[in-house]
Amino acid sequence: MNTRAIYLFAGVGMLYVLTGLLLSWNVSLNILILGLLSAIMALGVNMQWGYAGLFSTGIVGSIALGGLAVVFVSGQPVPEAFAAGGWQAIGGLAVAVAGIAAAVAAWTYMAPGRLRNLAVAVILIGGFFLYRGIFDPAVERIEAFDPATHGNVGGFGLNSIWAWPVGGLFAAIAAWAIGKIALGLREDYLAIATLGIAEIVITAIKSEDWMSRGVKNFVGLPRPWPVPYEVDMQADPGFLAFCANWGLDPMTTSTLSVKGIYIVMFAMVLGILIWLLQRALNSPWGRMMRAIRDNEVSAAAMGKDVKRQHLIIFILGAAVVGMSGAMYVSMLGQLVPGEYTPLRFTFLIWIMVIVGGSGNNWGSVLGGLLVGWLWLIVDNAGPLVMGAITTGMADGPLKAHLVDAAPQLRLLTLGVALLLVLRFSPRGLLPEK
Amino acid sequence: MDLLNALVAFLNFVVIPAASYGAQLAVGALGVTLIFGILRFSNFAWGDTMAFGTMVVILVTWLFQSLGISIAPLPTALLALPFAIAITSALLLGTDRVVYRFYRKQKAKPIILVIVSAGVMFVMNGLVRIIIGTEEQNFADGGRFLISAGDFKAWTGLAEGLAIKGTTAVTLVTALLTMAALFWFLQKTRTGKSMRAFSDNEDLALLSGINPDRVVQVTWVIAAALAVIAGTLYGLDKSFRPFIYFSLLLPIFASAVVGGLGSPMGAVAGGFVVAFSEVVVTYAWKKVLTYVLPASLAPDSLMQLLSTDYKFAVSFSILIIVLLFMPNGLFNKGK
Repeated sequence: MNTRAIYLFAGVGMLYVLTGLLLSWNVSLNILILGLLSAIMALGVNMQWGYAGLFSTGIVGSIALGGLAVVFVSGQPVPEAFAAGGWQAIGGLAVAVAGIAAAVAAWTYMAPGRLRNLAVAVILIGGFFLYRGIFDPAVERIEAFDPATHGNVGGFGLNSIWAWPVGGLFAAIAAWAIGKIALGLREDYLAIATLGIAEIVITAIKSEDWMSRGVKNFVGLPRPWPVPYEVDMQADPGFLAFCANWGLDPMTTSTLSVKGIYIVMFAMVLGILIWLLQRALNSPWGRMMRAIRDNEVSAAAMGKDVKRQHLIIFILGAAVVGMSGAMYVSMLGQLVPGEYTPLRFTFLIWIMVIVGGSGNNWGSVLGGLLVGWLWLIVDNAGPLVMGAITTGMADGPLKAHLVDAAPQLRLLTLGVALLLVLRFSPRGLLPEK
Repeated sequence: MDLLNALVAFLNFVVIPAASYGAQLAVGALGVTLIFGILRFSNFAWGDTMAFGTMVVILVTWLFQSLGISIAPLPTALLALPFAIAITSALLLGTDRVVYRFYRKQKAKPIILVIVSAGVMFVMNGLVRIIIGTEEQNFADGGRFLISAGDFKAWTGLAEGLAIKGTTAVTLVTALLTMAALFWFLQKTRTGKSMRAFSDNEDLALLSGINPDRVVQVTWVIAAALAVIAGTLYGLDKSFRPFIYFSLLLPIFASAVVGGLGSPMGAVAGGFVVAFSEVVVTYAWKKVLTYVLPASLAPDSLMQLLSTDYKFAVSFSILIIVLLFMPNGLFNKGK
C-alpha cells in the first residue's frame, strides 16, 4: 500500500459516505455489500488474468454455480420428491459422467485408428441414450411433485454459510473440466470456449427445474449464520430496550445492523483472501506464475509445467469466484437465474479488474468497490439525474424515453471508462509493481 | 404417401428453418472471419455491431413507413439496408480510428484487442439500448407467406403442410446475393486480392506495396455491411431484442471456427453445419418417425435429443470438437 493507493481508497470511501449523506445510508450500505462481493469476484478473475494471463469469459458461469450450491446446501428438503426420483436422477448423472470418462479413457489408451473412433462414438452415443433413459423418468416424477412450491429434489436445509465453500468447490470442479478441454488452446479460443460453457451452465440453471426450479426462481433460502432477521430483531425486547435507551428507531436500526453484519462478514472473507493471495504472490510460487505469464517459453525451458500451473490457477480463481456467487445468493435469500447475464457478471467484473489494475490484488478490490458503486448508483440516482436534466423539456415521448433509458447510460459510461483505461493507463489505477 | 408426408414434415420443420438460420449465421460468421483474417482478433463486439446495424434499419424502416414508402410484398427493411450500412460503416470506421488503430500500430497481442473489443461491445450495447430501448421490436412487413401450409395441403392432398415464410425466402436470396458479391469481390477485384494477400502474409503484402490502412478500412466497411445484413435477416425472421444479438455471438463464433478462422468459404460452410446440427439435435422427431416406421415401432416419446433450451450446447460442442481435433477448422489448409 503506497500513498497513491491510500488516496484512491479514501476517494472511493468518500463516494460511499456521500451516497449515505445525500441519498440514504441504506442505499450506501447496500452498494457497499455488493461492492465487497464484486471485489471478491474481481480477486478471483485477477488470479486468472493478472497472475497467469488467462482470459476467461465464463465468470458468470462460476458465479451461477456458486449460487446453485446454496440451493443444494440450504434449500428446504423435499423428501417426497427425493423419494420419487432422487436416487435415480443421481444414478442417471453418474452414468453420464462415467460415459464421458470411459470415452476419454478409450481415446487415451486405445491405439489411434478406426477402431478407436468407433469405440468412442459407440460409448458416447450409447451412454447418452442410457443416461436419458434413466434420468428423464426420474426428473419427470420429481417435477410432478407439487410444482407450484417445489418440483425440485430439495436441498439439505443446512445453514447457508456452509454453501460458501461448497460453491467454491462446484465452480472449481467445473473449472477443472473446462481447463482440461480449453486451456491448451490459443488465448482467444479460450475466451470463446469459456463464453460457451458459461452459457450452458446458465441455461441448465434456467431450465433444469428439478434442481433450481428454473425461471420460477428459488426463494426462501435461509440467511447465513449469524445474520438475524429484521422482524426477529424488532420483536426482541432486549433490542427494543436498547433502541429506546439510545433514542434510535428500531426499524432503521435493525435494517442497518443487518447490513452492517453482512459488511463485516464479507470484509473478513475479503481480508483473509487478500492476506492469502499477497503471501502466495510473494512466494516462489507467485514468482513462477509471473514468470509463466510473462514468457511461457522461457518458463517451460526452466522446467516449469506451464499447462499444469495454468490449470491450477484457473481452478483456484474459479473457486474464489464461485464462493462469492454463493455468498451473493445466501445474502439475497433467493436464486434468480434470469439475473445471470454475461454483461453484468462477466464483463463488468473484467472492467473492475482492468480499471483497478491487473495483477494487483488491492487494485481489484479498488476496482470492485469503485465500478460496483458506479454500476449500482445509477439504479438509485440515474432517474433523478436524468429527471433533473430533462426538467426543461416539454413532457412527451422523447422525455419519457430519455428517463427510461437512464439506466442504460452506465453501459456506455463503463465501456468508455474501460477503453480510456486500456488506452492511457493500461496497467490500471493501481499498477502492479 | 407416408414417406412423402415424412419428407414434407422433415423439409418443413428441419431443412427450411435450418437453411434460413444457417444463412443468417453464415453471413454473420463471414464478418467475424474477415475481421480475424485481416485485423487478427476475435471481435467480441460483433453481436452488438449487428444489433446496432439492425437498429438503424428499424429506425429507417419506421421513417419509410411513416412516409408511405414501401416495396410490398418485400419487407421495407430491405430498402433501409443501404442507409444502415452507410451509418454502421461510419461507426465502425470511427471506432477503428479512435480505438483499434492505436493497438494495431503498437502491434498489441491479440488478447488485448479482444479485451478492447469487449469495451467497444459495452459502448455499442449502451448506444442501442439508449436509442431503441430493450424491448422486442417487430419490423417485418411485406408478404407473410410465399406458400402457406393450408394451400400446400389443399394443393397436394398430403396430411403435412409445407410453409415457406416470406422472410425465409428473403433471407435465403439476400444471403446468397451477399455471399456471391463478397466472393466475387475477394476473387476478382484488385482490392479484394490485396485483402486476401494481406490476410495470408502481412509482411509479404506490405513488401508488394499494399496499403495496409486502405485494406483495413475496406474490411471495416465490408464487415459493417455483413453485420447489418446478418442482423436484419435474423431480426426479420425472428424478432429484434438487443440481448439476443449478444448471445448470437456463440453460434457465430462456432461457425467461423468450424470453417477455420480467416477462411470465408469455411465461414459459410460452418454457418450451415452449426444451424443444421442445432435444428437436428433439438427437433422432436416423433412426427417424422411415426410416418416412416411401421405402427408397431411408432415412438411414444417426443424423440428429441436435447430440449431447444440447449441449442447453445450444440454450437458449443461443435466448437470444442473442432478445436480439439481439427484446430485449423475444416477449410484451412494446414498451417
